[in-house]
Amino acid sequence: MTRLDLLSTDVEDSLRDTVRSLLTARCTPDRVTAVYDGDDSVAAPLWQALVGELGLGGLLVPEEYGGAGASAREAAVVLSELGRAAAPVPFLTSAVVATLAVLPSGDSDLLGGLASGSVTAALVVPLTAGPSFSPVARASAGRVTGAVPVVAGALEADVLLVPASDGLVAVDPASSGVVVSPVVSLDMTRQLADVAFEGASGRLLPVGPDAVGAALQVGAALLASEQVGIASHCLEETVAYLKERRQFGRVLASYQALKHRLADLFIQVSSAEAAASYAAAVAAAADPDLPVATAVAQAYCSSVAVRAAEEAVQLHGGIGMTWEHPTHLYLKRAKADQLAFGSPDQHLSALAELVDLPA
Amino acid sequence: MTTPSAEDTTADDLERRVHRLLEEHPPSTTDRLAFLRARFDAGLAWVHFPEGLGGLGLARHHQARVDALLRQAGAPDNDPRRNGIGLGMAAPTILAFGTDEQEERFLRPLWTGEEVWCQLFSEPGAGSDLAALATRAVPDGDEWVVNGQKVWTSAAHEARFAILVARTDPSVPKHAGLTYFICDMTDPGVEVRPLRQITGEAEFNEVFLTDVRIPDAYRLGAVGEGWRVATATLNNERVAIGGGADRESGMVGVVARTWRECPDRRTPALHARLLRLWVEAEVARIAGERLRQKLAVGAPGPEGAAMKVTFARLAQELSGLEVELLGDDGLRYQDWTMRRPDRVDFTGRDAGYRYLRAKGNSIEGGTSEVLLNIVAERVLGLPPEPRADKDVPWKELPR
Repeated sequence: MTRLDLLSTDVEDSLRDTVRSLLTARCTPDRVTAVYDGDDSVAAPLWQALVGELGLGGLLVPEEYGGAGASAREAAVVLSELGRAAAPVPFLTSAVVATLAVLPSGDSDLLGGLASGSVTAALVVPLTAGPSFSPVARASAGRVTGAVPVVAGALEADVLLVPASDGLVAVDPASSGVVVSPVVSLDMTRQLADVAFEGASGRLLPVGPDAVGAALQVGAALLASEQVGIASHCLEETVAYLKERRQFGRVLASYQALKHRLADLFIQVSSAEAAASYAAAVAAAADPDLPVATAVAQAYCSSVAVRAAEEAVQLHGGIGMTWEHPTHLYLKRAKADQLAFGSPDQHLSALAELVDLPA
Repeated sequence: MTTPSAEDTTADDLERRVHRLLEEHPPSTTDRLAFLRARFDAGLAWVHFPEGLGGLGLARHHQARVDALLRQAGAPDNDPRRNGIGLGMAAPTILAFGTDEQEERFLRPLWTGEEVWCQLFSEPGAGSDLAALATRAVPDGDEWVVNGQKVWTSAAHEARFAILVARTDPSVPKHAGLTYFICDMTDPGVEVRPLRQITGEAEFNEVFLTDVRIPDAYRLGAVGEGWRVATATLNNERVAIGGGADRESGMVGVVARTWRECPDRRTPALHARLLRLWVEAEVARIAGERLRQKLAVGAPGPEGAAMKVTFARLAQELSGLEVELLGDDGLRYQDWTMRRPDRVDFTGRDAGYRYLRAKGNSIEGGTSEVLLNIVAERVLGLPPEPRADKDVPWKELPR
């Protein structure tokens, strides 16, 4: 366990500012809420802006393939901002997980497309699949068969990446034998799809047997930063609201019962921030502590994000329960995120083995 | 990089100084106290202190290297846990507010441990509301006459000196009428009585002050400035608190060891609780490390308060879990005999002791409730608690 820098660098701060101002302008809460009513007109232009104007599609793609060659730390910064905005874009699924899964293949066409933003990809696994996931779909002689439920990023993808025993099979979602059925999702800001293959043909990308697990590992480690974004946003909004809202002739923030509740939440959110930045730093440094750091970050941050969103609903009172107020976007995202890339229970079980605390 | 940075030069220079000290005073043949005094005089006691006062005026982080080199060479240390109040609280306060004479007189024997210090702050009627304290100091010539009662004084029975806050002007509001003193614990008016606590031992004391005479030369800071000086002392206390930097250090390490050693006592429910607490302790460790990195680049804030709340809660939950985990053996208690330990020990003795001692963690050094107020007000900017007593002369306050 080496000492890693847990504070953000100037470069990271500047990336944060850039992403935040783009999201503030183009990802307003009312337009995100509209996604639930079938108007997803915010999503595609937003994703195009993030990959086209900011080049975030290729953030983790090495420079030799036309990417930015950045590390997991920068990806964590982006994810934390996307969490703060509950942004409906496939950054985590395409630019992080799918990209990392493809990377060992050295497939310059696909990596070049991801880097330029012309290709969006999705790894075809259930959103709940954690680092120890084993494939559901089967591939033989380039033909893929099987059904995979609740896949994130599949609706936006130009390329579906199906984990198979001898590598990854890249399948065009428009080809015959592929059915991508949208799921009415608890969290519509990351809408899921049930994906079925019936002898669909694809191109085999040579990646080792560990590539998918490793990509999901980093995905889980960095999801923690998205969860921190959700949690910090909920805390900040709630603090601001309680400083304004008056009942019984006083602002709510002057009641000690509420002050202590917010202070407790602050302690948890800032602890989650530390856990997430450690996980990102460990992933960036390819430090052997990654499995432990990931399990710790997921077990902790996913619950803190849910807690912060739940507290936001309760402390906003009636308004927090309305469709009009954006808090529900965060509650739904936080609750779905809690199950993503392995549930807290699965991460705790993994941890038990990693740190020798057997059942 | 071909030119050595200022940092490297400092590190090299420090190493040379350490080697010179070790050559001139070989630890194997030098008396312990003589070595410690020589180390102080070489500026290697606390390198962030000024030259001539045990330091070299360097950044605090250089100390770790000095300590490591001396440890490797088998040199004695000053047993810092025996004089925690002196090193962590009295010394920085003397440095910040003391006169040249006070610095000369007190800092060297404080650092070497020849003179242990204690803290006379809390009173039976002034705990969280420290500024309401009632111990009086009345001027008499060039001396002060002090009367009152202090409590929760660890190491009072070992201490040669105390840092003391007393009321010198009851006619002004509570914060304005305080003055900070150094009190000689050998004064005949000082009576120390052990205060037995729930563990059976007496780590703390009650201290009764009856016509104690303190020379004005032992005053730290101006008359009426005691609150400002005390605040500086207490800020240093919070910096000093916080877990170690290694994974599984502190209470979580103790409980994890017990878990590994007692396979027959494991149940799924205990396992789930242990893992949850292990994660929280690990996150607290990382958050502590991050706070240290923040402080090192000079951005101190009230975040230390948040760390202490977490530390207390985890120590309490973990030590409670351990008693349950031990089952039948959790019901045995090592020893209820009254004793007066010479140092604070959170993780020592047996599980029952640790469980009971941890209850103090959310009370000592600021209760968790007060610390949550600090987080709410100074970090989140929420309105302060109403303070009916703020502008009222102290003598008119209801007591």
